[in-house]
Amino acid sequence: MPDQHSSYKAVFHRHDVQLLGIIVVMAVIFSALSKSFLSPSNLVSLLENYSVMAIMAAGLLVVLISGGIDISFAAIAAVSQYVMATVLVRFGGNWLVAFGLSAGFGILLGIVNALLIYYLRALSVIVTISMMTFYFAILMFVTDGKSLYNLPDWFTDDLSLFGIPFPVVVAAIVLLVTLFLLSRLSIGRQIYGLGGNPEAAKRMGCNLLGLQCFVYGYSGFMAGIAGLVQAHRVEEVVPNALIGRELDVLAAVVLGGASLLGGIGTVSGMVLGIVLLAILQNGLTLLGVSSYSFGFVTGLVILMSVSATAYAAKHQQKQRVRHAN
Amino acid sequence: MPTKAATAPSTPASRPSLMAWFGRDPTATMLGALIALSVIFFSVLAPSRFLSLETPRAMAFQMPELGILALAMMIPLMSGGLNLAIIATANLSALVMAAIITKMIGPASPPQAIAGVIALALAAGLLTSLVVGLITGAIVAFLGVHPILVTLGTMTAVKGIAVYATNGGVIGGFPPAILFLGNGTLLGMPVPMILFILCAIAVAVVMSHAPFGVAVRMIGSNEKATRYSGVATDWMLVGVYVVSSLLCWVGAVVMMARFNSASAGYAESYLLITILAAVLGGVDPNGGFGKVLGLFLSLVLLQIISTGFNLLGISPHLTEAIWGATMILAIALALVRDRWMARLWLRRTSN
Repeated sequence: MPDQHSSYKAVFHRHDVQLLGIIVVMAVIFSALSKSFLSPSNLVSLLENYSVMAIMAAGLLVVLISGGIDISFAAIAAVSQYVMATVLVRFGGNWLVAFGLSAGFGILLGIVNALLIYYLRALSVIVTISMMTFYFAILMFVTDGKSLYNLPDWFTDDLSLFGIPFPVVVAAIVLLVTLFLLSRLSIGRQIYGLGGNPEAAKRMGCNLLGLQCFVYGYSGFMAGIAGLVQAHRVEEVVPNALIGRELDVLAAVVLGGASLLGGIGTVSGMVLGIVLLAILQNGLTLLGVSSYSFGFVTGLVILMSVSATAYAAKHQQKQRVRHAN
Repeated sequence: MPTKAATAPSTPASRPSLMAWFGRDPTATMLGALIALSVIFFSVLAPSRFLSLETPRAMAFQMPELGILALAMMIPLMSGGLNLAIIATANLSALVMAAIITKMIGPASPPQAIAGVIALALAAGLLTSLVVGLITGAIVAFLGVHPILVTLGTMTAVKGIAVYATNGGVIGGFPPAILFLGNGTLLGMPVPMILFILCAIAVAVVMSHAPFGVAVRMIGSNEKATRYSGVATDWMLVGVYVVSSLLCWVGAVVMMARFNSASAGYAESYLLITILAAVLGGVDPNGGFGKVLGLFLSLVLLQIISTGFNLLGISPHLTEAIWGATMILAIALALVRDRWMARLWLRRTSN
């Protein structure tokens, strides 16, 4: 039985609590150094800037928890975004059509990934890399890399709910749905089980094919929505605008404590990971540091974070061994 | 598990049959067949253009960059890891070399000074790569962090340094001696191809015969068992990323010589293609297995597809789509092949 003291200590050993601590410290420093950091307009634009990333990250988080990985979500987002925009430009439509098309295409391409992974018994990283190359190359081939600028006005006009911009609202809904899915629904618990121990999950009677289809379909679904939100935000569709974001999003999710080995990861951790990166980059911008330095700082943060986590795990294991003896 | 057993069919040596030959290196056989098919395909569609001496020449100039970088990816893959930082490492190393060369060589520099500066630049580039490899390897080995995470971090940080130092710009304009390494020919053979073949032979020999290579493959199969059998697995893992970075440096030299410039953003699309090429070439992404011959054949296949489509005037985007599809096809073929061989093996052993 852990006594009061050690459970008090355990709170500080939790990954998300540590992240929150770092975020608070950074926020205090940046707000002391720059007056505009805590201004409402800066915070809102910050939220808006990172909403697309958060939506894609929600899909990737679910895949990571299931023990897989999805590298193709940015390509899926680009494809579903383009399909949606083409239909809207040619035939017109409404929000329902837009959502249905981009989400539907995302789910479809995600399920193709899942079927290939399941039936070819291949590693998800290899299949999704191949399919990323495939989807994106087909998109570039079909569209010739042409951008779509003449999106309908109702689609690009600024929307807001109680003053909160549309992308932030969508991101918030997506995060709540993902949270509910992972923590309250049976299928969410099965996804944790699948990631923790696939063999055990199978013997418990989980439908592995169904779960895989759900997980990659969900990632595709999120990619489709992210594509839609991004098109609304920048008021144009550029085929290669989202490509290259895969590893950034992965970094944010991993920063939030999700394990590449599966079975571990939370929505709250993921959100904190994104907030950390967002605050860091925004703070540096406000302090007048060249945006060219973001990459280096981000990389350093990732390295320190994963190293610290691994070091803590090693340390804990050693202590456990010592206690056992 | 019959599929496991089928990967090493025990064909009697006294009866060398076609089956035995197929079984010895199934990946190479499959890739050979795919290469033959693609050659026939393009020869039929574009006989006059594809079947000229120009085709192998163009291929021999284009393949080495991707090839050397794919070798840099292959060694970490065989150890059960991955190095996402190869392109970033190569670009930073190329930038260091390019900066030294362009700053220190003027139009009036005497040849001895040029040679000295080039030697200095090459050494500095090598040192840069090795430092990156050492840091990556140390974090992977001593902290036990997953290589994807470590190299994701080093990739971002190393690219960040390169972008910060150049403000996203390009450094270029090299003396002929450097350009020769990327565009010259020696005895009718393109120099980059010679460099690639030398690297490939070195990697093949090290991975199959040297104690380091054997240890790396063992680590890829089962790290714990390797450690308990007395191998200093942590130092071997450091070695894996140092050697990978060393190959990045060779790739950097070839790249900067071919483009006559260096930048933080070159060849980024190669990153995932190198994984694709290695896995297509039979390198097990779970670690433990892989042959340079397989990698070489898969590079030849990818290059034939790319050159062939180029000659047919088909968009390079479609070529990339075909590359992705080839990968999926190869996985499917390998699965069918394993099942078929397992059935054959079962039939043979039950008799």
